[in-house]
Amino acid sequence: MADVGVAAGAMTGPRGAKPKKTLSGRNIMLYGTLIVVCVYYLLPLWVMVMTSLKGMPEVRIGNIFAPPVEITFQPWVKAWSEACTGLNCDGLSRGFWNSVLITVPSVIVSIAIASVNGYALINWKFRGSDVFFTILIFGSFIPYQIMLYPIVILLREMGIYGTLWGLIIVHTIFGMPILTLLFRNYFSSIPEELFKAARVDGAGFWGIYFRIMLPMSLPIFVVALILQVTGIWNDFLFGVVFTKPDLYPMTVQLNNIVNSVQGVKEYNVNMAATVLTGLVPLIVYFVSGKLFVRGIAAGAVKG
Amino acid sequence: MGNSIEVKDLTLNFGSVSVLKNMNIDVAEGEFVVLLGPSGCGKSTLLNCLAGLLDITDGQIWIKGKNVTWSEPSERGIGMVFQSYALYPQMTVRGNLSFGLKNAKVPQAEIDKRIARAAEILQIQPLLDRKPAALSGGQRQRVAIGRALVRDVDVFLFDEPLSNLDAKLRSELRVEIKRLHNALGNTMVYVTHDQIEALTLADRIAVMKGGVIQQLAAPLEIYNRPSNLFVAGFLGSPSMNFLKGRTVDNGRAFQFGGTKIDLAGYEGGAVLERDDAILGVRPEHITVSTTPVSGPSIPAEVEIDEHLGADSLLWLKAEGVNMSVRVPVEGRLPAGTKVHLGLDIPKASLFDAKTEQRI
Amino acid sequence: MASTTEAAVGRQGSAARPRARWTRNISAKIAALPMIATALVVFVGGTIWTVVYSFTDSKLLPRERFVGFDQYERLWETSRWIISIQNLLFFGVMSLVFTVVMGFILAVLMDQKIRHEDTFRTIMLYPFALSFIVTGLVWQWILNPDFGIQGVVRDWGWTSFTFDPLNNPETVLYGLLIAGLWQGTGFVMCLMLAGLRGIDEDIWKAARVDGIPTWKTYVMVIIPMMRPVFITTLVIVASGIIRLYDLVVAMTSGGPGGNASQVPAMYVYDYMFQAQNLGQGFAASTMMLLSVLIVLIPWAYLEFGGKKHG
Repeated sequence: MADVGVAAGAMTGPRGAKPKKTLSGRNIMLYGTLIVVCVYYLLPLWVMVMTSLKGMPEVRIGNIFAPPVEITFQPWVKAWSEACTGLNCDGLSRGFWNSVLITVPSVIVSIAIASVNGYALINWKFRGSDVFFTILIFGSFIPYQIMLYPIVILLREMGIYGTLWGLIIVHTIFGMPILTLLFRNYFSSIPEELFKAARVDGAGFWGIYFRIMLPMSLPIFVVALILQVTGIWNDFLFGVVFTKPDLYPMTVQLNNIVNSVQGVKEYNVNMAATVLTGLVPLIVYFVSGKLFVRGIAAGAVKG
Repeated sequence: MGNSIEVKDLTLNFGSVSVLKNMNIDVAEGEFVVLLGPSGCGKSTLLNCLAGLLDITDGQIWIKGKNVTWSEPSERGIGMVFQSYALYPQMTVRGNLSFGLKNAKVPQAEIDKRIARAAEILQIQPLLDRKPAALSGGQRQRVAIGRALVRDVDVFLFDEPLSNLDAKLRSELRVEIKRLHNALGNTMVYVTHDQIEALTLADRIAVMKGGVIQQLAAPLEIYNRPSNLFVAGFLGSPSMNFLKGRTVDNGRAFQFGGTKIDLAGYEGGAVLERDDAILGVRPEHITVSTTPVSGPSIPAEVEIDEHLGADSLLWLKAEGVNMSVRVPVEGRLPAGTKVHLGLDIPKASLFDAKTEQRI
Repeated sequence: MASTTEAAVGRQGSAARPRARWTRNISAKIAALPMIATALVVFVGGTIWTVVYSFTDSKLLPRERFVGFDQYERLWETSRWIISIQNLLFFGVMSLVFTVVMGFILAVLMDQKIRHEDTFRTIMLYPFALSFIVTGLVWQWILNPDFGIQGVVRDWGWTSFTFDPLNNPETVLYGLLIAGLWQGTGFVMCLMLAGLRGIDEDIWKAARVDGIPTWKTYVMVIIPMMRPVFITTLVIVASGIIRLYDLVVAMTSGGPGGNASQVPAMYVYDYMFQAQNLGQGFAASTMMLLSVLIVLIPWAYLEFGGKKHG
């Protein structure tokens, strides 16, 4: 190509790619720190699983960090079907099914309502709609404890205190702020022209919701799903206040099994029970991967 | 007068993708070189390599006679101005200008002196205690230039500095930058996709495409004698008219459809007989006449005329090819008019259709 | 349903059938009823109700006998409450500081264009997906003096090694902290990383051209630019800390000695539902509300009050 001016001297000195030392001090510190941190994070998981696979004698003698010499699934079986809470001895399975019974409808109802809320707030603003939304958001910061008793009274009046539906409503109520925020932000990024075109075509509130908004919102529904399934499954407070013992979710049962048993503690069964309880949200987490992160970020960023 | 910048055999690969291929450029001291090209051509990448913000895969970079291939940006004697200004938002203008100098432990008296000088050249004295958020786009850009000025360096690098401004501001600042160059005389390398900036600011333009320099020459040379089809089509608005045909009569004429165009007076290389050739003529080098003309011409039919205020643009069809011609305001003609287009062959360019090179 | 023709009330462009203002957009209003009901009845109404009844002497059931600030006086004379407040303050401040600092440092490390970033992040974030109960029970096991860390290290020969935070009232909060940090830091790291990634790359380039070393760029340029992210993170983490309950239930049940790791949320629950002293429960939860407002109102003012130059 056009070489104006003669390059003085040939190609002396450094040339080409800068030498990169993979084992530089910086890299060692960087990855070293990260690895140490990861050990801190992975340790409990390791200990949980290992303990749950050991027999009790081995637990007593051995080192909690060591893998089992003899792997046994007895603790798991016991945790699932025989472990004793203060009230009965049929294990976690009851709690598991309760949790399922609670989580599935709660997720569906809370997401359905919140998505409609978000949709209405963006596309069908009415006088005061933003005020209500602001109250909702502020309300999400208020500690639950202060609203607990009035809700108990409310549910009692409605005759559903202690029932499944009572709990579903509670989860819907407290999930509303963050979910509505999520949906509101998502819908606000959908071009308004789409909405206007649909209105020109004659579609109304529900028509547009079902035929246009919903099909376009799959990603955000998945994020909301992840947030709610994890949050509701892991809930403890509502599961203890708004239920009766035969409706206790897994988390409450777990705590009862481990902490309220007198006498000999079966640590391996306890750990097996803990693993079982954490399994569902963990699976959701690992499967959803990046979407989980997006869900957190979306829930945390204020509109 | 040595070279300010020398780039030798610079190659940059991102993994298996070759972004810059074996580039060689020399920039003389005090020269204003513009890297021009469409997005993705590698111009910004080349600039970042010059700055030391990107590590190259092969080749060398010399600045003021020093091999800086492995040097950090701050050791290369460069100042840089970014498209998004990149001013430190929490600091005042004065803070922005002095941050780098304070870090380099330059004495305070010297810092104040340099800031005062830069502020005067750029007319930003009243802004010194404001924060970037309180400045307009044009003011921010001046501060960004100021930040490079206070570094007391020889080479300034500009990465599309005017692209974030509206059209009016852009033309104002364009003139400012030219004035700055005249006043300071520093070497400047400037990246843009805007041909007007290139044509008005540059001492030389490097037209780039696909990581390769297509032509490196003075603006007028690039405009009048583009070295290949791409350069010819990239510069000029509306772009050059391209007529596909072949050279006949031993290279003395150009066969365009049913018309034979005499190539006497063509300024270029030896025109031989070849099958595929493209004749390029700029819209302002064509005359329109309703009556036949002497000299090389082709018949065409008017489709649209656009009134641009200062002059007019006629869009015509000749042998199925769309053409545009610049005419004075009075030269407008209604659609459907059959005309003869006179071609100014000495100002035209002939290209080999296969190699796309100018003949 | 009957569209009263109110001529003075604003109407839509179509003048054919003037409708009453409140029937405009009625589908949306109906659809938003749950939200409105929640906001007004539960959030506003419920809060006000509890605050009002905190001035009564309700025991097993709400009673309308108003006793002024009695409940509050009793509250602040109860050592259990005082302890719970002290605990929360200590835990809160430590937790806040450590999560934010650790989270930020981890985010900076992750931002260094490392390989296997996804793997690292997956590992750091999975605790966040677990229930506090699970977290508490696992760490309770790890900190078990006989079989956990103390036991293991003693087996290795250091027979006088002591690491039994949960059974010592002085150190039980540290045990809680270890578990709480484990669960929450990954989340903060994600927030910080998102903030870091949102910084214009050109700022980094400009700092490099200016010759500013990386650490200085972080301290003097990047962190100031991330102020909104820090504030948001602080607010979110703080509001979570105030609600601290599940973790304590699982790890220590409020002990050792019944009180050492009490927290306000636990106090409220115990008095409201176990000790049959609603009045105390209401007063305690009102105090919790107050503490939240102390954090919230300055933040809201910062965020929304200063929004004049939109």
